[in-house]
Amino acid sequence: MIAFKVNGKSASFDDDPSTPLLWVLRDNLQLTGAKYGCGIARCGACTVHIDGEPVRTCVTPVSRAAGRDVTTIEGLSTDLGHPVQRAWLELQTPQCGYCHSGQMMTAAALLSKIPSPTDADIDDAMSANLCRCGTYHRIRASIHRAAELMAAGRRK
Amino acid sequence: MSRLIACAVFLAAPAFAQKPQLGSFEAFRKAAVVLRHPRCLNCHIPGDRPMTGPDATLHPMHVKRGADSSGTPVVRCTTCHQETNGELPHSPPGSKEWKLPPPARPMAWVGLDDQKLCAAILSPKVNGGMTRDKLVQHMDSDPRVLWSWEPGPGREAPPIAHREFVELIRIWIEKGASCAA
Repeated sequence: MIAFKVNGKSASFDDDPSTPLLWVLRDNLQLTGAKYGCGIARCGACTVHIDGEPVRTCVTPVSRAAGRDVTTIEGLSTDLGHPVQRAWLELQTPQCGYCHSGQMMTAAALLSKIPSPTDADIDDAMSANLCRCGTYHRIRASIHRAAELMAAGRRK
Repeated sequence: MSRLIACAVFLAAPAFAQKPQLGSFEAFRKAAVVLRHPRCLNCHIPGDRPMTGPDATLHPMHVKRGADSSGTPVVRCTTCHQETNGELPHSPPGSKEWKLPPPARPMAWVGLDDQKLCAAILSPKVNGGMTRDKLVQHMDSDPRVLWSWEPGPGREAPPIAHREFVELIRIWIEKGASCAA
């Protein structure tokens, strides 16, 4: 039995410990925000956080989550109030949207570590998340906007 | 019967016993084929960008060494690499302690000839402060070194067996760690 938390709630999995975390989230816990893209950790569509660190769930065995806190796009906020979500809505960042739960989870991790990222910081953090629609210019703008929203929130 | 026993003893003998005639630097030169193999060189890099594959292409995804040798603050090695190899072709390889040498001492030896490579690996200023015993230990049991011989689907292992490589390193060290041709 592998026990862990997902978005603050207790969860468990009692099967092959090498099962990709993505399948457990999507098929067992019905959290379908994280998407299957490439299956080999190349595209980032399946990104979630484990203890605040982004991971590619398509190649991460569920055993790695044991005793740890998993956050998916569904747990980023309860009311779409996370600065990344607000910025993504404000700038209408996605096109097809398939990759954007992964984009947003990586962006949220970036802003938690570097609250006012430069373009170079964004390049370093986001280059491992691919977007076939090519929304990179809006992703960059949205991260800067989310940083502004975070700063404004701190000033209140 | 005695011939059979002699043959069995010969087959079971360690590489050291089979190579008593090798000199120190001669053993190092034979081991260098491993040290220059992409499985080693792709991580023992001079700059900030690790390499991948048989032809040492830059690691995709703009991956960088980072201040703690484990990636940048957001794109960590462990974002993708696990403690075991991915099963699918082109999926991330993995082992315990998957990380690069530290940026202050990158332990890089791309382009060095045998003598310079030998001197670099022996030098604690270059090799991360390793004594000769620690060097042998690294080659013998570091999980990242051992991974080179089990690199997962689609990746080539070094051309000599790990046991033979370690024995060559031992001969080199035990016979004086010579870097003189």
